[in-house]
Amino acid sequence: MSEVKKVLFGPILSNNPIALQILGICSALAVTSSMSVSLVMCVALTVVTAFSNLFIAVIRSHIPNSIRIIVQMIIIASLVIVVDQVLKAFAYEISKQLSVFVGLIITNCIVMGRAEAYAMKNGPAMSFLDGIGNGLGYSAMLIIVAFFRELLGAGKLLGVPIFETVQNGGWYQPNGLMLLPPSAFFVIGLVIWALRAYKTEQVEEPEFTIAKNSRSQEAL
Amino acid sequence: MEHLISLFIKAVFVENMALAFFLGMCTFLALSKKVETAIGLGIAVVIVLAVTVPVNNLLYQDLLKEGALDWAGLPNVDLSFLGLLSYIGVIAAIVQILEMTLDKYMPALYNALGVFLPLITVNCAILGASLFMVERDYNFSESLVYGVGAGIGWALAIAALAGIREKLKYSDVPAGLRGLGITFITVGLMSLGFMSFSGVQL
Repeated sequence: MSEVKKVLFGPILSNNPIALQILGICSALAVTSSMSVSLVMCVALTVVTAFSNLFIAVIRSHIPNSIRIIVQMIIIASLVIVVDQVLKAFAYEISKQLSVFVGLIITNCIVMGRAEAYAMKNGPAMSFLDGIGNGLGYSAMLIIVAFFRELLGAGKLLGVPIFETVQNGGWYQPNGLMLLPPSAFFVIGLVIWALRAYKTEQVEEPEFTIAKNSRSQEAL
Repeated sequence: MEHLISLFIKAVFVENMALAFFLGMCTFLALSKKVETAIGLGIAVVIVLAVTVPVNNLLYQDLLKEGALDWAGLPNVDLSFLGLLSYIGVIAAIVQILEMTLDKYMPALYNALGVFLPLITVNCAILGASLFMVERDYNFSESLVYGVGAGIGWALAIAALAGIREKLKYSDVPAGLRGLGITFITVGLMSLGFMSFSGVQL
């Protein structure tokens, strides 16, 4: 039971795919300017990761090692086509806003990375859970970033006004920078800082340290 | 001709793959510690993009687009939903062929680029460029120029980031920001700088 819990919830804080494994960053940055779009993206990615892990784990002992990347790619691409068509049919507006980023789930490193690192070595049930867990870790990060960007950038959450903006006669002067692409980098950088201040074992070793000053008068 | 030159400048600076659309970020952040590796990877991306975007363009215009199968007597067939699968297949195949060709005829270049080529299949910048090409409906010559331009823009960005990170390693960064955190903030500032090109009208 604890194994299931670890696989399912470990990726949210202690082994976050974005903050620690450096996986799946491209889409995390591009779709986070509004909450509703990023929620759809989270669901899409979680579904694709979970099912690609499941299918790859089912056939893992039949895949020849030399062509495994192509086989994984085909499974993932087929799943993404399904997701893409479903979105086009039922949520056309959001699918337009996501533009190429639904297609880019294929090359999202989380999907490939988990298929390669987990699903090739473990059974179908656990792989499915691992897919959902990593999807949740990705979603947690995306929702935090989207929360700050939409709230500070437009004064809204999910399109509902929270802070009355100056244009509508309120008091809040929206920070336009938060809606622009670079702010996504700043927000993720700060979230990583916060996460590592809490989980100090994730701090990276410095590559270079300044040697102690051997003679004190040199500094004067 | 003028149109193609402005498309090229736009692909390199204004619509920079890495800093304006955040494509290929995983490799962008993971492999930008040394300028040498960054330039090697950059060149590999330019080559692969220059080949895959035009090939995918031919595939889209002559096979997948609605009505493209007119020559085969099937004017009503629309295969564009197969796009994603075929583009990634083409990319994986071309990367493999490129790797084998380089190994046979240019071993020096193969040794320099060898490690990076397999990584490129899963680089979002490559698939992203093909998808943008489809979305904007480029013709063959436009897609060739766009592929080369997008590659050069990405290579420029990763080389610049590697240069900054080589210097940054000597600075005293707060413990939690060390490594990945400060890299994100640096890339954010670079992206802010590249945004100044966005007012350029060509």
